[in-house]
Amino acid sequence: MSAVLPPHGNVADLHDHDDHHHPHGWRRWVYATNHKDIGTLYLLFAFTMLMFGGVLALGIRAELFQPGLQIVNPELFNQLTTMHGLIMVFGAIMPAFVGFANWMIPLQIGASDMAFARMNNFSFWLMIPAAAMLASSFFMPGGAPAAGWTLYAPLTMQMGPSMDAGIFALHILGASSIMGSINIIVTILNMRAPGMTLMKMPMFVWTWLITAFLLIAVMPVLAGAITMTLTDRHFGTTFFNPAGGGDPIMFQHIFWFFGHPEVYIMILPAFGIVSQIIPAFARKQLFGYSSMVYATASIAILSFIVWAHHMYTTGMPVTGQLFFMYATMLISVPTGVKVFNWVATMWRGSMTFETPMLFAVGFIFVFTMGGFTGLILSMAPIDLQLQDGYYVVAHFHYVLVAGSLFAMFAGFYYWIPKWSGVMYNESRGKLHFWWTLISFNVTFFPMHFLGLAGMPRRYADYPMQFADFNALASVGAFFFGFAQVYFFLFIVLPCMRGVGEKAPQRPWEGAEGLEWEVPSPAPHHTFENPPKLNAEATKVIG
Amino acid sequence: MNMLSQHWNKIAYSCAAAFAGLSSAAAYAVNDLPGGPSVRQLNLHAPATKLAEEQIYLHWFMMIICLVIFVAVFGVMFYSIWKHRKSLGHKPATFHESVKVEIAWTLVPFIIVIFMAIPATKTVIAQKDTSNADLTIKATGYQWRWGYDYLKGEGEGISYISSLDNEHRILSNSGAKGATPDDYLLKVDNPLVVPVGKKIRIITTSSDVIHAFAVPSFGIKQDAIPGFVRDTHFRAERTGDFYGQCQELCGKEHAYMPIHVKVLSEADFAAWVQKKKSQAPAAEDKKTAAAGTEQVAQAAAPVQK
Repeated sequence: MSAVLPPHGNVADLHDHDDHHHPHGWRRWVYATNHKDIGTLYLLFAFTMLMFGGVLALGIRAELFQPGLQIVNPELFNQLTTMHGLIMVFGAIMPAFVGFANWMIPLQIGASDMAFARMNNFSFWLMIPAAAMLASSFFMPGGAPAAGWTLYAPLTMQMGPSMDAGIFALHILGASSIMGSINIIVTILNMRAPGMTLMKMPMFVWTWLITAFLLIAVMPVLAGAITMTLTDRHFGTTFFNPAGGGDPIMFQHIFWFFGHPEVYIMILPAFGIVSQIIPAFARKQLFGYSSMVYATASIAILSFIVWAHHMYTTGMPVTGQLFFMYATMLISVPTGVKVFNWVATMWRGSMTFETPMLFAVGFIFVFTMGGFTGLILSMAPIDLQLQDGYYVVAHFHYVLVAGSLFAMFAGFYYWIPKWSGVMYNESRGKLHFWWTLISFNVTFFPMHFLGLAGMPRRYADYPMQFADFNALASVGAFFFGFAQVYFFLFIVLPCMRGVGEKAPQRPWEGAEGLEWEVPSPAPHHTFENPPKLNAEATKVIG
Repeated sequence: MNMLSQHWNKIAYSCAAAFAGLSSAAAYAVNDLPGGPSVRQLNLHAPATKLAEEQIYLHWFMMIICLVIFVAVFGVMFYSIWKHRKSLGHKPATFHESVKVEIAWTLVPFIIVIFMAIPATKTVIAQKDTSNADLTIKATGYQWRWGYDYLKGEGEGISYISSLDNEHRILSNSGAKGATPDDYLLKVDNPLVVPVGKKIRIITTSSDVIHAFAVPSFGIKQDAIPGFVRDTHFRAERTGDFYGQCQELCGKEHAYMPIHVKVLSEADFAAWVQKKKSQAPAAEDKKTAAAGTEQVAQAAAPVQK
């Protein structure tokens, strides 16, 4: 466990040669410049935020278990939905993928570390005050922001001081993301081992390269939108205030110009992880590598021209609706190509189903359901029925929980032997998978029905006819939440403590890539000298 | 399509019975609300306009195509999972590229998407045609009620505020215990009244934040935006009560500003207009104006702080 917890005893002896200058104790983490340490910090931070956002979600589900107000009042309810969204998007999913990037990108491309080690440290530690500010906003006068994670004007004008804290926190998180992205792009473009050409890079590296460009393109757009909100609130500007000639819909255009690429920022690295795991456990090379790269790039480019499908009901002109409808439907083509390629990779392979593979296959199955509901939502006439309702809630949880989160679990089980040097307990992993998969579907599948029947989202109370499906979803949500506590206590913690069967250098028979060319656990410093690679750039040959 | 949906409902109801143990609606003995949601409703509302019918048709059309693709793709995947296992001694093949296959599975979905877009385009164009309306009504969103002004056509000049029945709000605060009415959270003091078979144009706007005017049975949903006017339209094909709710987060009472549209026969509508106009107009005006100012004051207060 050299890279996760301070090495002790014989583990330290093993790595004496690379241990001399890195600090121990708290200094190791606060002054961390090692990509593995920073990756670990990111992952632990993201998991903490996942738990926090999850508790907020359970607050929502507890209130919605029965009609009528029982636990929270409508003000607090709106705060819960808003903060659940903000924390999960900016605090849990995005940092978790950056954590994976930090750990795996240098290992996968044969680089010694990230390009800008101190900036890497700074972009992690910036997130702590931002997260603290978001979390403490519940205790500010008037409570946490309650305008929805989309922060639509002019409702944001009515919020208390916590709105400003929220805006400031998002600015900081945005700066952190941009620094992280610059680091990732420079690392990938400049620090690949000789022979690791772009078209030989592992899919995870490719998807992160494209994601990093998306981040750099859209985070400043979000910063612009929330800065205008801030000046509208305090400095007398009227960007979004109609009383002074502003336009509230303009906010939505700017927000979703950020927001839609953001959706792909949260799913492309997931595609990358799954594209690594499926070939490993099918013992067969990824089918259509180059078309996977092109499909990822097409999705990223198309993501810039579909934003207004979030706004069909704002009343845009007919040509606008048609354009955004066609563009959105078009995204299903490259996404479909990815799914077909994964299935073709599995086809006539020699498969085994350890936990990473289970989560990867579960990802494909459940994510595709989210893809289909996305296609249905893209149709403007149907969207008029479903916009701002529970169908949309079901849809984006199918792509963000069953999509991004499942892929992260898959990635965790796949790489934890390399990170910790021990194998996780396989039967516990399998239990975690089935428990998560079933409770996820019990929670979110009924929401499709609620949405079709017209239940609006962000409602603290609802007509009686919606009671049964809400009760079912709430029960499922609690089971889902407990599954993740189980995951932490019984799978993550033992691995961090180094309890378990010792992991070999390449624990998965079919796994390929440079990360499996270094010992488990990965020593503190790897590839200090550029390795010499074989023709496929998957093995070190001296 | 109708037969299909009946069949689906039957299957779904038997599934729903499976978790009846959990069922709190059964305990409350709640019934379906015609024009509003049904108990454990699984699909879109029964349509009352041509447009809503077309949406249902489009939704089934999409569902069937998606289901066919779903079954085909995952049929292949699960067959592969079943047969191509290491534990069965299956040896991995070595193929990993085929330009022809890639082109095929790019083009085929592209064609399917175009095939889907054609009927959707027709409906979008029909939905956006708000010309030649028989009646024009302005719906204004307030935090947290609706104001209706009859601007043009029969009933011109009628104007009133429609809010949730206060009893229901109290019931909600007390946890909605005991005998709860079927129209819980959907009952208003003054419903929007319109004649059957006429094209009604709804102009939406708002006096504070963004709200959304929506009636699922009519297939309409239109944001009400402060400082701007937008419009939508419907032509109800049958009389009755139809319900909707505000669909855009508008603050703490977001869940408590329902929309109730009463569709009357032409004769009944004419009588309603007569009655409404003969009610001392001055008193009515005063009440509306008072409600209006109170609303404006309420909305402005938090902005100024």
